[in-house]
Amino acid sequence: MTAAVEVEKLVKTYGSVRAVDGIDFTIETGEVFAFLGPNGAGKTTTVEILEGIRPSTSGQVRVMGRDPWKEGRELQRKIGVIPQDFHFFPKLNSREAIDLYAGLFGVPSRAKELLDRVELSDKADALFENLSGGQKQKLGLALALVNDPQLCFLDEPTTGLDPRARRAIWAVIRGLKAEGRTVFLTTHYLEEAQLLADRIAIINLGHIIAAGAPSEIINRYGRPERLRIVADPALAEPLRRQLGLPVDVQNGAISVELHAKGDALKVLSWVESSGYSYSSFSTAQDTLEDVFIRLVGVSDHSALDLAPEGDSA
Amino acid sequence: MNGSRIRSYFVAFAKGYIRNPVGLFFTLIFPIILILIFGAVFANSGSVTVPLYVENLDHNSPASVAFLAALNSTGAVRVDVISPTAGNLSTYLAKNSETAGLVIPDGFQAALVNRTHVNVVVFTNPSAASEAGIVIGAVTGVENAFNLEEAKGSVIVSSSYLNVGSRIYTYIDYLIPGLIGFSILTSPMFSMVNISSTWKRDKLFRQLSLTPLTRAEWLTAAMLWYVLLAIVAALVMIFVGRSVFGAHVSVVAWMFPFLVAGPVLFVSVGLIAGSVSKTPETAAVIGNVILFPMMFLSGTFFPVSSFPAYLQTVAHILPLYYVIEGLNNGILFANGAGALQDLIVVVVVATVLFLVAISVFSWREN
Repeated sequence: MTAAVEVEKLVKTYGSVRAVDGIDFTIETGEVFAFLGPNGAGKTTTVEILEGIRPSTSGQVRVMGRDPWKEGRELQRKIGVIPQDFHFFPKLNSREAIDLYAGLFGVPSRAKELLDRVELSDKADALFENLSGGQKQKLGLALALVNDPQLCFLDEPTTGLDPRARRAIWAVIRGLKAEGRTVFLTTHYLEEAQLLADRIAIINLGHIIAAGAPSEIINRYGRPERLRIVADPALAEPLRRQLGLPVDVQNGAISVELHAKGDALKVLSWVESSGYSYSSFSTAQDTLEDVFIRLVGVSDHSALDLAPEGDSA
Repeated sequence: MNGSRIRSYFVAFAKGYIRNPVGLFFTLIFPIILILIFGAVFANSGSVTVPLYVENLDHNSPASVAFLAALNSTGAVRVDVISPTAGNLSTYLAKNSETAGLVIPDGFQAALVNRTHVNVVVFTNPSAASEAGIVIGAVTGVENAFNLEEAKGSVIVSSSYLNVGSRIYTYIDYLIPGLIGFSILTSPMFSMVNISSTWKRDKLFRQLSLTPLTRAEWLTAAMLWYVLLAIVAALVMIFVGRSVFGAHVSVVAWMFPFLVAGPVLFVSVGLIAGSVSKTPETAAVIGNVILFPMMFLSGTFFPVSSFPAYLQTVAHILPLYYVIEGLNNGILFANGAGALQDLIVVVVVATVLFLVAISVFSWREN
């Protein structure tokens, strides 16, 4: 496979702020690549540099073999983009918006086909200003596909969508992958990245702090599998002493790290024989979200990318 | 530049504009309302009178006094006899910011009696072409009357000749070109200030920058739309002016260059105002600061010649003044030379502002 996107030592500064601080990554043709990071991490800046609408300060960037800033016009004919917080002309309806794009790209309009694809056919005649947030995003996605692009940049395409609409967008993204197109996806829904992406990069404070397939990232950065026992917290100390495994008490439950396959059985046998009573047990494994939160050092969801990212980063 | 992209965007832009009732109201309906209101209020206010300063070097001879009385009675000029100046009349006029003067030479009456040739000297200001047209028309008319009187001894014939030869312009005649200028100013200005600031906020320029449409194509499509709007607005206003108030205005070739260059000029001004503003609110304030003085001081509602001298000076630095003056020259006075002079000013200013607009307006972010 050839690389659709190659980024080497990319730096973007705004005054003294290094919004993107020497990042490297490659996106292979045909893969779905998810770019994750908290607010102000440098995601949108990176995407806009790749799209050719913002120059880099230094570093090498090749998108479909082109320098996006110098050869932006040629590149933009071949890529599809849905920007974050997508807006369009308020007084145009969905069909006219697609017709306009088709006219600008010099391609035949496939308004019906594209609106069907994003499940927006029933709003073909609705003005943009009258569409809901989710419908606007769907139209944005349809516009991104007007020129039949081989590489799509989707900057938070499902933000603000209800679960059903989000799943419809996921189906479109899966369809793009099935057709062999490359997708660069930024999202703050970690579940979405885990479900859709072949590979993920996590960016924080302008640096890529983890990259790879979702399972690789979880294996490498996640905590080991744990056995969670809802029992008297007094059980924790003898457990730690007897079995030599790390034991933690959280929210009224005892969490034991499992290092080997047989550790769970050993723990449960010991608890059974100890005479302590317990009400339930379960095993738990870190999700991408757990890993993300640990890596970027945030402890609550509000710090994730729930609000549109500012221009400066 | 790609014609089909310009066409595609033009269609979308036009649809957006037509579907916005506020924009259409200010472009087409509002000027008509102004014509009806101002026309009704000032319809009976009579003609516009240009002050004409006269040096009578013929020692108030009966013939010279009769000549001046005849001029005064046309209603087109208001004769104001001043004492013969030490210098020449031209200097006096320039010093007092007056636009028209007349010198009746010594021997005027004697020449009439002896039927020898005598020449009166008319001073006009080339930058006030409309007033010049009125003065020259009135003086020529009265001269003809005097000549005819001498030849045939009939004053009546000369009167009718005067009415045909020097049309007396009414308020509504000035109002129509003024409001066409108003429409050329407001529509592109308001829209472009709004577009260049709110589209920046809503990232619509970023959206367009991701298509093959270029900035030049975008601007061309927008300007074509405003030119079309200006032409439609002008035709509607001329029609309403003629049919409701009997205005002496008609569609002439000379108005079209102004209907093209004018929107280009004010699209550029709007784009500059919107581009240098951080927020749409600031842009609106800057737009209004530019728009309102220009609207009132450029001869939109009242001829600039009726302003105090210092305001006339201000008017002469406003580009809309030259648009309206040019429209007056074209539509009212059939004064091609004057219109050309105004057009040159408008084209030069439009070109400069267009280049400035292109340099300050960017839809990619650095």
